[in-house]
Amino acid sequence: MQHKQTEQRFANDLNIVSLISVGKHPQSGRERRAEQDGRAVELGMSLNAENLTVLHAGDPQQNALRSYAGMGLNSIRVLEMDPAADAIAPLSSYLKQHSPDIVLAGVRAESGESSGMVPYQLAEQLGWPLVSRIADIISVEGGVAEILQALPRGQRRALKVRLPFVASVDNAAQEARQSAFGPASRAALDLQSTQSTTDVIRDEWSEAPARKRPKRLKKVKATTAAERFKAATAKAQSDGGKVMKNEPAAEQAQAIFDLLLEEGVLR
Amino acid sequence: MSDIIRRDPRTEWIARNRLHPLHGTVSVSDEVEVRGPSGLLRKNPHKVGFIGPNGIKRIDRLKGNAAASGKGRKGGAAAEVQLPLHQVENPDFYIVVVPDMVGGRLTGHDKDMIGQAHKLINGLQSSSDEKGAVLAVCFGESKEEGFDTAGVDRLLLLNGDEYQGYCPEQQLAALVQVENTYQPKHWLFPDSVNGGADLGSRLAARINERPAVQAWLVDNSTTLSRGAGGTTDITRGTPRLLMLAEECAEPIDETRHEALDIELEHIPTVIAQLQDQGQVAVDPNAIPLGEAEFILSAGNGIHNWDQFHATATALGATEGASRVAVDDGFMPRFRQVGATGTWVTARVYLAVGISGAIQHMQGIGQCDKIIAINTDAGCDMVKGAALSTIGDSEEILAELNKLAENFRQQQADGSDQDAA
Repeated sequence: MQHKQTEQRFANDLNIVSLISVGKHPQSGRERRAEQDGRAVELGMSLNAENLTVLHAGDPQQNALRSYAGMGLNSIRVLEMDPAADAIAPLSSYLKQHSPDIVLAGVRAESGESSGMVPYQLAEQLGWPLVSRIADIISVEGGVAEILQALPRGQRRALKVRLPFVASVDNAAQEARQSAFGPASRAALDLQSTQSTTDVIRDEWSEAPARKRPKRLKKVKATTAAERFKAATAKAQSDGGKVMKNEPAAEQAQAIFDLLLEEGVLR
Repeated sequence: MSDIIRRDPRTEWIARNRLHPLHGTVSVSDEVEVRGPSGLLRKNPHKVGFIGPNGIKRIDRLKGNAAASGKGRKGGAAAEVQLPLHQVENPDFYIVVVPDMVGGRLTGHDKDMIGQAHKLINGLQSSSDEKGAVLAVCFGESKEEGFDTAGVDRLLLLNGDEYQGYCPEQQLAALVQVENTYQPKHWLFPDSVNGGADLGSRLAARINERPAVQAWLVDNSTTLSRGAGGTTDITRGTPRLLMLAEECAEPIDETRHEALDIELEHIPTVIAQLQDQGQVAVDPNAIPLGEAEFILSAGNGIHNWDQFHATATALGATEGASRVAVDDGFMPRFRQVGATGTWVTARVYLAVGISGAIQHMQGIGQCDKIIAINTDAGCDMVKGAALSTIGDSEEILAELNKLAENFRQQQADGSDQDAA
C-alpha cells in the first residue's frame, strides 16, 4: 500500500487542491479530522503528493488541522477568517488566483450547517463542472480525467470529465491514512489573511442538540371491529402475487427472468 | 301526494287470507324488507341470510364487511373504494417536487415529500384564497402508475433521449426552465443519495437560494433541519428550496389527484461536461448484504450448491442464505438473512427453497419485489411473493442459468459490435 503512494500515479504537473474542515466526533463531539475530508486529502496525496495544496478557511489555531498534517503533509495553507463567516468568497478568490486542475472536498462537513453546498457553490462561481460523490480518480490523460463515482448500494459509475473540475469525495473512497504526531507538529501552517463577511442569515437561526425524532407509527384506518382485529393480529396475506404451478420449468424460469429484466437488476 | 302512509284495510285483508287469488301479489316478495299494508316496515325472516358452503343458512351480521376482513366470500364487496378526486383547475401557485424515481417508481421518501408539499399548500391556502398545485418533475423512463394516489396534481415527465443515463447538467437546465416558467413557491427535493441531494444542491447554487438540508419538521414559517452531521437541530425560517429527510411528513392516502401531464417548451440542450461511461461491473459478493440491490437467497430446498453459485454469478446477484443453509455449513454466517442475520433492503429478492420462517420474513420486510421458487405452494414465502413458481428448484435454476448465460452472451456480442 505504502509504495503505491510513493510511485505517483500521474504526471507531476497536476495541480490539486484538497479542501479540509474541522470535523466533529459523532459521540464525544470533540474536534477531529473530518472523515470525508481526510479521504479527499488521501485521494489528493495518492494522485500527486508533490503538488497537493491542502487548504482550510477558518481558524488556524485549531488542533484538528494538525491531524491532517500528520498524514505526511509539509504544510497546510490556511485562509484566516472567523470560522462562523462564509467561506465561499475567500475560497473562490483563492482558487481563481491559483487555478488548480482538481479541487477535492468532502460531501458534507461534520460541523456547522453541514449543507454540503461548498463544492457546488465553488463550481458555480468558477464555472467548472462538478462531480459528486467520487470514489476514485482512475486516470488523467490529455486533460481528461476518468472518474469512478460511488452510487448507492455499492455500485460504481465511470465518468469522463475535462480538467479543471470540482469533486466531492464519498465515503467509498480510500480511507485516510493514519495521522502521526511527529510530522503533525513539524508541518508548517502557511497563513493568508482574507476579507470575510459575517453570515448574517445564520445569526437569526437557533441551534440546539439534535432531538430524537419520533418513530413513525403504523396507522390503521379501520371502520369495523373485524378490520381492527385483523390489522392487529393477521399475518400478511398474499396480495395478488402471481403463482405458476403447473407450467414447465422453462416457462417458469422465463417468467422470473422477464421480471428481473423489467426491474433492471440484470446489468 | 302527502307523505303519510295510510292503512289499506282491503290489502291487509288479502295479506291475511292465504287463499285469496291476489294474496301472492301482496305478501310474497323477494326483498327482505317490505313496506307492509299497515305502512310499517316488515322483515321476511325467510329471506334473510344466505346458504353457506356447508349447506347451513348463515346470516351476515357484518353488513358486507366480511369480505374486507379477508374471510367469507371473495371478490364482490372487496372491490377497492374510489378515493375522492382532488382537483385544482387553475392553480395560482405551484410547489415543485423532484422525486428520485429509483427504478422508475416513486420511493417511500418521494411520497413523504409529496405529502409535505400538500401540507405546505394547505398552510398557504389557509392564509389566502389562492389555489396551489403540486408539480412533479420526473426524469427518465417511468414505470409508476400511482402518481394520482401519491398526490401529484401536475406531472412533467421528461424522458427524451437527452435525459437517458446520468445527465445532471441537462436536468439542471430543465429545472431552471421550470423555475423561469412557473416561479414555484417552494422547491422540494428528497435529501437522498439517489440523486435528490445532488440535483437540489446544483439548483440551489444556480438560482442562488440557500437550502435547508435534512429538513425534518417543516411548516410555512419555520423549518427544523439537522446540522453538524446530524448532531444538532437548526431552527430557521422556511427557505424556498428544501431538501427533506426521510419520513418528514405523512404521505397522501385519502385523496386521488389529477396527475395531469404538462409540457414544457424551450428547454435548452446542454453540452454535457460530464460524460457518462456507464456503470462499472462490481463484484456482487463484495457489496454488503444489507445494501445489495439484488439478492439470490438459498434455503433448505437447495441440493446442488455448485449450480446455485453458478446461477448467482450468471445473474450478477449477491448471495444470501436462510438460517438452515448456514447452520448446515453450506453458506458462511455473514450471508444469513433474517432476524439473527442481516436485515436486507434489496429491490429484488429471489428466494430459492426458502419456506419463509417468520424470522426470515422479518429480515426481508423492506424488499420491494420478492420472487419465490418453492415446491410448497402454501408456504409463507409464496404468500408474500410477487411471483412464485412451484416446482423443483434444480430444474428452474438450470433454465434460469441458461437464460442468464444467453443474455450475457448477447451483451458481449452487442458491445463487440459497438466497438467495431
